[in-house]
Amino acid sequence: MTSFPEAARVALANPQLRANLANATTTIRAKRARVVDEVPDWEELREAGRAIKANTLARLDEYLVRFEEALLAAGAEVHWARDAAEANAVVAEVARAHGVTEVVKMKSLTTDEIGLNEALAAEGIHALETDFAELILQLDGDWPSHILVPAIHRNRREIRDLFARTIASGGLSDDPRELAEASRVYLRERFLEARLGVSGANFGVAETGTICIVESEGNGRMCTTLPPVLVSVIGIEKLVPTLADLEVMLQLLPRSSTGERMNPYTSLWTGVAADDGPQELHVVLLDAGRTNVLRDEVGRQALQCIRCSACLNVCPVYSRTGGHAYGSVYPGPIGAILTPQLIGVENAKSLPYASSLCGACYEVCPVKIDIPTVLLHLRGQVVEQAGSRSERLAMRAAGWIFGSARRFALAQRLGRIAQRTGIAVGPLRTWAKTRDLPPVPSASFRDWWKRERA
Amino acid sequence: MRIALFVTCLGDTLYPQTGRATLEVLERLGHEVVFPPDQTCCGQMHLNSGYRREARALAKRFAHVFADCEAIVSPSSSCVGMVRELYPELDESLREVGTRVFELSELLVRRLGVEDVGASFDGRVTYHPTCHSLRVTRVGDAPLRLLRAVRGLELVELPAAEECCGFGGTFSVKNADTSSAMLADKCAHILETGASVCTAVDGSCLMHIGGGLSRMGAPARTLHLAEILAS
Repeated sequence: MTSFPEAARVALANPQLRANLANATTTIRAKRARVVDEVPDWEELREAGRAIKANTLARLDEYLVRFEEALLAAGAEVHWARDAAEANAVVAEVARAHGVTEVVKMKSLTTDEIGLNEALAAEGIHALETDFAELILQLDGDWPSHILVPAIHRNRREIRDLFARTIASGGLSDDPRELAEASRVYLRERFLEARLGVSGANFGVAETGTICIVESEGNGRMCTTLPPVLVSVIGIEKLVPTLADLEVMLQLLPRSSTGERMNPYTSLWTGVAADDGPQELHVVLLDAGRTNVLRDEVGRQALQCIRCSACLNVCPVYSRTGGHAYGSVYPGPIGAILTPQLIGVENAKSLPYASSLCGACYEVCPVKIDIPTVLLHLRGQVVEQAGSRSERLAMRAAGWIFGSARRFALAQRLGRIAQRTGIAVGPLRTWAKTRDLPPVPSASFRDWWKRERA
Repeated sequence: MRIALFVTCLGDTLYPQTGRATLEVLERLGHEVVFPPDQTCCGQMHLNSGYRREARALAKRFAHVFADCEAIVSPSSSCVGMVRELYPELDESLREVGTRVFELSELLVRRLGVEDVGASFDGRVTYHPTCHSLRVTRVGDAPLRLLRAVRGLELVELPAAEECCGFGGTFSVKNADTSSAMLADKCAHILETGASVCTAVDGSCLMHIGGGLSRMGAPARTLHLAEILAS
C-alpha cells in the first residue's frame, strides 16, 4: 500500500479535486449541522446508539446464531464466510447455479471491501453498479473516494462528458436532472432483465432475521425486489439485537450521513415471502478480520460504525486529500482506525498517523466512536510492531533528555548554538519548507527565572 | 492563591515571554506564582507519536514534580488536556494530578471569576480556538470573555474558526503536505479578517500559524493570549 503522505501529495497537487472536495464537504457538513441541531435529545440518541452497538458486539456470538436461526426459519439460506474469497465464492456459485452472467448490485462497501466485482468478473460474470455515483465510477474505471458520496471527487461537467462518451445517446447538458435521467434510462432495462440481485446491508436484526437498507435513489429497492434471486453480503458487525433498536439507528443515520431527517427509501425484508419479491434469498455473513478487531478492547469500538461518513465530512485531512489517499474502501478518520485493524497495522502503518488529532470526528460520530483514542492506541501498536528504528532512537533520546531538568537545560543551550549555524536538518527541514522556524531566544524561561526570581 | 507554573517544554525553550506574561497576569491579581525548576515535558509528544512507555515515564515524573502544588497553571491547553484527560488512560494513579491543573484562561474565568485583568491592547485581534482547547480541555468561551474585557482591543471573528490549523505535533512533519494545505487555509482566513494579530491558548499552534504567516510575509502575526492580557 502506498503510504498516506505519498498518496496525499498526489491529491493535494490536483486543484480541481481539492475544489470539488471542499465544496461537497462544506455543503454536507452544513446540512448535517442544521438537522442535528433541531433534535433536542441528540446527545441521548448518540449514547443510545453507542450502547446498542457496544452491547451487540459484546454478545455478538449469541446474536449471530439468533440471526441465523431467524433467517433459516424465514426461508433464507445462510452462508458463513471467514474471508473475502469464501464470500465471493458463494456469490459466484449462486450465479453459476442460475446460469446468470450479469448481476445488478446496489452500493455496498462490504462487497467493495472483498473485491466482489473483480472476483465475479474472473468467473465471466458482470456486476452492474446501479447507484448513480457507483455507475459513474464503474463506467470510468475509477473507484469510490467517499463512503456515502463515492464520486465526491467528480463534478457534473466531468460526468456529462463521461455519460456522453458511454451510455447517453444524443446531446446532454450538465443539468443534474438530465444526467440522472440518462442513467435511469440506461439502468431501467437492466433492472427488468436481471435475474440475480446483490445487496449489502445497513443493519441485520438478530431477533427477526430482518435485513435493513437505507438509500436515496431507489435502485437498492429494485435490486432487492425485482430479480427472482437475491444475495445479501453482511459484515458480522452490522447486527442490532431487535427491531426496536432501529428506531434509534434510523434517526441517527440519515441526519449524520446525508443531513436529511429521513432518507427517501428504507427497505426491510425478512427471508422469502410467497409470490412477492425474490423467491430465493442467500445471506452471506462475512468475518474478514472482524473477529480479530473484536479481540482488541480499545480498537473494537471501530466496529460500532454505521457508515454514515459524518467523520469524513468534518475531517480537515480528508476534506483536503480525498478518499483515495487512504488506499481502502474505508477512507477518512474511520478508515484510519478500521483499515489497519482489518488488514494488520504492519500493512497500513501510515494510516493511524493520517490525523492531526483535532477531534472533530469524535464530536460528530453518531455512535460515539472515540476515534482519537483509537488512533493513539494504534500508533502505539505501529511503534511496537513496525516502527522506524531512527524515530525510535530519536524518541528514546528525547525521553532521556526530558527525564532530567539538567539535561533538558543543556539541550536548550545546544539548540541555541545549533540555530546559529542556520542549518535545519531532519524534521526541522521538512517544517521549514513551508513554515518559518521561530528564533530560539537568548535565554529560556528557566534561565530567566533563575536569574530574576530564584 | 499559591499557583505553580507549568511553562511547558516548548514555552520554556522558544516562548519564555509567554511564561513571563502568565506570571505577570496572575501576580497583578495578587497571586503568588512559583516555578518548580525540575519540570520538563508532560509527555504529549511521545504519547501522540505512539511511544506510550516514554510518555508514561514523563507523566509519572510530572506528577512527582508537581505533587505538592495546590493549583497548577499552564499557558498551553493541549498540555493541560494531556495531563487532565489522557494521564488517567496511561495510569489510573495519575488521575489526581489532573484535578489540580488548569489552562490560564479557565483558571482566570472559571476558578478565579475574573474577566477583566486590567489589560489594554491597541489593535484588531482574531481568536483561533485550538482543537485541544475546544474538544479536550474544553475551555469554552473563557478566552473570548477575557479578550472582550481588554481595553482598546477590537475582537473580530475568524471564519471557519473551529477548523484545525494543521499542526498536530509530529503530524506537521509526518504529513507535511496535508498540514501545509490546512495551514494555508487557516492563514487565508486570518488575513480575511484584517486582524493584525491572531491569538490562541496554545503556543504550539501559534508557532505553526506564525511560521506560515511569516513565510507569506503577511501583515499579521501571532501572539499568545497571556501576552495580550499582560499588556
